[in-house]
Amino acid sequence: MKTHDDKGIPHTSPRQSATFTNDINSDIRRAAATGIYDIRGGGAKRKVPSFDDLLFMGASISRYPLEGYREKCETSVTIGGRYASNPIELDIPITIAGMSFGALSGPAKEALGRGASAAGTSTTTGDGGMTPEERGHSNKLVYQYLPSRYGMNPNDLRKADAIEIVVGQGAKPGGGGMLLGQKISDRVAEMRNLPKGIDQRSACRHPDWTGPDDLEIKILELREITGWKVPIYVKVAGARPYYDTTLAIKAGADAVVLDGMQGGTAATQDVFIEHVGQPSLAIVRPAVQALQDLGMHRKVQLILSGGIRSGADVAKAMALGADAVAIGTAALIALGDNDPKWEAEYNELGTTTGAYDDWHEGKDPAGITTQDPELMKRFDPVEGGRRLRNYLKVMTLEAQTIARACGKNHLHNLEPEDLVALTMEAAAMAKVPLAGTDWWPGKSGTGF
Amino acid sequence: MQSFDLEAQGLRELNATLHAQADDTNQTAWEIDNPKGAHAIAVGLDAPIEVTVKGSTGYYCAGMNQQATVNVTGSAGPGVAENMMSGKVVIEGDASQYAGATGHGGLLVIKGNASSRCGISMKGINIVVHGNIGHMSGFMAQSGNMVVCGDAGDALGDSCYEARFFVRGSVKSLGADCEEKEMRPEHIEILKELLAEAECDAKPEEFKRYGSARNLYNFDVDNAAAY
Repeated sequence: MKTHDDKGIPHTSPRQSATFTNDINSDIRRAAATGIYDIRGGGAKRKVPSFDDLLFMGASISRYPLEGYREKCETSVTIGGRYASNPIELDIPITIAGMSFGALSGPAKEALGRGASAAGTSTTTGDGGMTPEERGHSNKLVYQYLPSRYGMNPNDLRKADAIEIVVGQGAKPGGGGMLLGQKISDRVAEMRNLPKGIDQRSACRHPDWTGPDDLEIKILELREITGWKVPIYVKVAGARPYYDTTLAIKAGADAVVLDGMQGGTAATQDVFIEHVGQPSLAIVRPAVQALQDLGMHRKVQLILSGGIRSGADVAKAMALGADAVAIGTAALIALGDNDPKWEAEYNELGTTTGAYDDWHEGKDPAGITTQDPELMKRFDPVEGGRRLRNYLKVMTLEAQTIARACGKNHLHNLEPEDLVALTMEAAAMAKVPLAGTDWWPGKSGTGF
Repeated sequence: MQSFDLEAQGLRELNATLHAQADDTNQTAWEIDNPKGAHAIAVGLDAPIEVTVKGSTGYYCAGMNQQATVNVTGSAGPGVAENMMSGKVVIEGDASQYAGATGHGGLLVIKGNASSRCGISMKGINIVVHGNIGHMSGFMAQSGNMVVCGDAGDALGDSCYEARFFVRGSVKSLGADCEEKEMRPEHIEILKELLAEAECDAKPEEFKRYGSARNLYNFDVDNAAAY
């Protein structure tokens, strides 16, 4: 690069725009070339305030710890005792979030069931219905009741251990789903009652109810059909967590699943994923407040999802008042998604390990987010299940480690007082003190 | 005939009793008195029984029905026969919104009018409405047949897939990607059968057929204005 012009006057250094970054420019070029917005899988990739901005303080003179290898720290959780005669009993408070057969291959769904069952927790169906692989390998299976009602039938409903009415998803609050034609194989098309190869739209609203009063009646119908036996969850995106949680409780939910914007999707518009919704950190306390205001905290369970990666995240979510968490993207990574061993093939697809998110195209080198029979052969559901089990066990051990250090003999005993925040934003969202202070923005009586 | 007083015995008892009927039950005829607009009456049935509701019902009457025949002598609230899999549901009066929503099979007959979003997301159910249907009926309808002996409101069949709509009267407007289609002999046969089963004396030849133009099946930016 020339540093001076022909007269010897130095050039200024080339300066990249902070507004028109290379990433943004590539978005513009892609839009100009195709005329269609970018569709991808996964959750928000932008940096948002997160559980990484919180720290546990651990024990001190005022609080004493539990012995790591001798004293028990319980991890079990019961979900759905409010109305269901058969609530779900889980050994660990980490569940597998809803992911559809269609978005995932049958063997991948089988692996989720195997791993979850081996770890003593539940897995969840998704848009597209319940597959025999999934039901057969899941000791506890939550059946999602979605706006599209693809594959929805009363026989499978009665086989479920819980029902999750999906109102919203953290990656796309207010948006429906899509499954592009490449993934509408014969089996997927048959389950969804659609022509093969079309771009399938999933509705953003339920077809037969609108609003909280209707939801109450819908819950009544589902309970009547299933004999009031199984818990009914309501899943909402992290849009208006206080009001959505309040309305779900009033409509009769046994549990509320709250999904932050880091939560993944099989496919939606990138602009939706990155610009609609709230971070998981920001939505827990308003939801817990709603539960407390109605006297329902610990009676109606709160399950948080969206960007949960480690036992530390689990412990922090629970310290803020969640009863359990759900993982989706992290579970896929445990199965082998975005594994470096496929780097050459990711490069062929124009991406790299860790960044592969075109799950909707059905070309997943790892054989997980695909319906291509050849790619699916690469994935071993038994091995995948073992890996997921290991990962769930590690997360649980990590959460227990932290809980013991805070002197807690059950993960549910973690509390906001165990935490401090590293940033003002995190302090305000989590309502825990900024580290080194006894203050957070919005704390009552402080004038801020 | 088994009688059940809903007001006196309660909804839970009603549905539990009906669910307890096996395929070979000899208690095949049931009459429900005093429905008084209650919700979720006779939902989730799965036996070859005939249930007559003496009056009008609230939301989701006969929801997810399998095998059973459910007759409502009055009118039905929202979501009647939603997600029906098989069997038959007959409403003597009118039906509110979302009648037959997402139904996979069976026959829903509405002898009066049906409100908006009749047959929304239908997935194989057959619906015969003796009167008119409201706006956005057949929205995202996937398969099955909807027969309307009267008129259809705005945006019939918006974004539909392979469902067929037969309308005898006028259609106020068609929804995105819905168009009038040729009536072929096989469609006349379908209509004949459905009209007979729905006890409707309309003539198949009087109907026009509507369905998907299939232009929106795969996204094309040039069609963006249609969404």
